[in-house]
Amino acid sequence: MSEVILETRGLTKHYGGVHALNDADFVLNNGEHVAIMGDNGAGKSTFVRQITGVEQRTNGTITFDGQDVHFAGPIDAREAGIETVFQTLALADDLDVPDNLFLGREITKYDWLGPFRLLDYKAMRAATIEGLERTAVKIPNIRNTIQNMSGGQRQCVAIARTATFSSKLTIMDEPTAALGVQETEQVENIIRTLKDNGEPLILVSHNMRQVFDLVDRIVVFRRGRIVANLNAADTDGQDVVSYITGAKTGIEYEGAA
Amino acid sequence: MAKPTQSTGGLDFDKNKRSWPNELNILIALIVIIGVFELLGQTLPYMNEQSFLFDSRDRFDSIFNEARLRIIILQVSIIGIIALGVTQVIISGGIDLSSGPLVGATAMIVMSFAQTELVNGGANPKAVFGEWAFDLPILIPIIVGLAFGAMIGAINGSLIAFTRIPPFIATLGMFLICRGIAQAWTRGKPVSFPTEGYAGLGSGMMPVYWFIGLAVVFHCVLKYTVYGKHTYAIGSNEDAARMSGINVQKHKVLVYMIASMLAAFAAIILSSKNLTAQSGMGIFYELYAIAMAVIGGVSLTGGRGSIVGTVLGAMVFGVIQSGFTYVKLDAYFQLMAMGVIIIGAVVLDKVRQERAASRK
Repeated sequence: MSEVILETRGLTKHYGGVHALNDADFVLNNGEHVAIMGDNGAGKSTFVRQITGVEQRTNGTITFDGQDVHFAGPIDAREAGIETVFQTLALADDLDVPDNLFLGREITKYDWLGPFRLLDYKAMRAATIEGLERTAVKIPNIRNTIQNMSGGQRQCVAIARTATFSSKLTIMDEPTAALGVQETEQVENIIRTLKDNGEPLILVSHNMRQVFDLVDRIVVFRRGRIVANLNAADTDGQDVVSYITGAKTGIEYEGAA
Repeated sequence: MAKPTQSTGGLDFDKNKRSWPNELNILIALIVIIGVFELLGQTLPYMNEQSFLFDSRDRFDSIFNEARLRIIILQVSIIGIIALGVTQVIISGGIDLSSGPLVGATAMIVMSFAQTELVNGGANPKAVFGEWAFDLPILIPIIVGLAFGAMIGAINGSLIAFTRIPPFIATLGMFLICRGIAQAWTRGKPVSFPTEGYAGLGSGMMPVYWFIGLAVVFHCVLKYTVYGKHTYAIGSNEDAARMSGINVQKHKVLVYMIASMLAAFAAIILSSKNLTAQSGMGIFYELYAIAMAVIGGVSLTGGRGSIVGTVLGAMVFGVIQSGFTYVKLDAYFQLMAMGVIIIGAVVLDKVRQERAASRK
């Protein structure tokens, strides 16, 4: 396994005349947790969408796990090992936890039956419980349907997917934006578990306290450019806010803002 | 259940809050409805204390009124087969209005390939094709019928999946097209006199066996196969299904194809049972099939419902129909009463859903 899990060089995305993302050079090491911060429209989500294949980049290269990649869609990215927890949860409300975790990639028996191949419920339940334990997600009853769960539990189910499929990289876009205090804590605990397991993470967040609590490094976006790359231990909230608002610009990024 | 070890706000699993299977509600409703008719039979002055369900005749020692039970289930079997397909369509978040006319069209076409040459020693007076189409092996009309159903279903499904027009409109168009095919096939003339083998498909209690057999098959398909899981997933959250890598368009085509093939099979059984095919066959069947599914707890918003529910819904439907006749309710009022009951079932389902949502 290579030391660098994800690297982008000159990643650029133009929407017509709008330069949403310009020359983003970004490196993520294995086992590292990085936060992406920035004001609305700074290019955070655009950046995530290029990596996960939701959109096609205008320019630049993405190297994932040592290989140049061109994802045609989010499914390609997922198959390569990038799991994304989106702001809007992609869960089917009427299905239970294992069904949702394995949606579209069910464990099956008698595959010659084509679309009518049988589901291996037992194996999927076992894998679900294992995944939940690895992420320390607490869900009282995995056979419960999603619609009977709280927002926090739903978020946990979405996150547990990443663990169940031992993905190489997890991306979370505002995972706690809609959650209460206790539920936020639950999600943060999962993130800590991922850290302990040495699984790399990109966290998009507005929550300064959360970012300083959880990650090793903070990358700040402003007006479509990366304007700062800071070690969480060497910086503070004031500093990060200055970069976000443009009051301050990193030395190596002079002229970018 | 293990308690959460961290202060994480995870709720404990409360057995009392577990939602109780909807099928049980329908079973209870079925029993209550039977009870009401039984009670009406005992109390209404003109009923002479007849029993709805039980055998009250002296010289027989059977417990139930078997003749009535048989009629009830026979009555709903053919529409029930359609309802099995409609259930899958509704679970996937769609609707199929074309099944009734499809029954008419398929019956006409199929019967043309199932005719026998000699009728009472003379030539078949209702021959559609020439000599070559007489006394064909029984498999040929069945294959023709299922293929026609598959074709109509594929058109329905493709229209809905690829042009993204609402299922209501696509299948409404197909409703008219199929009724047109049924009428144009023989310019409105009925097609009759099937071969002995073909007539055997739907004779006696055969429709009931087909219905039960297909219900068991599709219960398993919906519950234990990838096809079933994806059908629920698409009806529950189509975007999530797409994001998860399910080929939603292909799956929808398959769902509509299966539904239309079931309707076509119902047409085969119906024409065999009646020994004739008429272009007006299957009028209102699409609505009755939808009604059975809806009474059986299949949610019109998609994602929820089951074959067991639909079978129970079909039984409720049959019991009500039979019960109205039993209490001598004028046939003219039966449709109205049926309408009230269908609306009632949907309202009850809505109330139940909202209660479940507020319980969180």
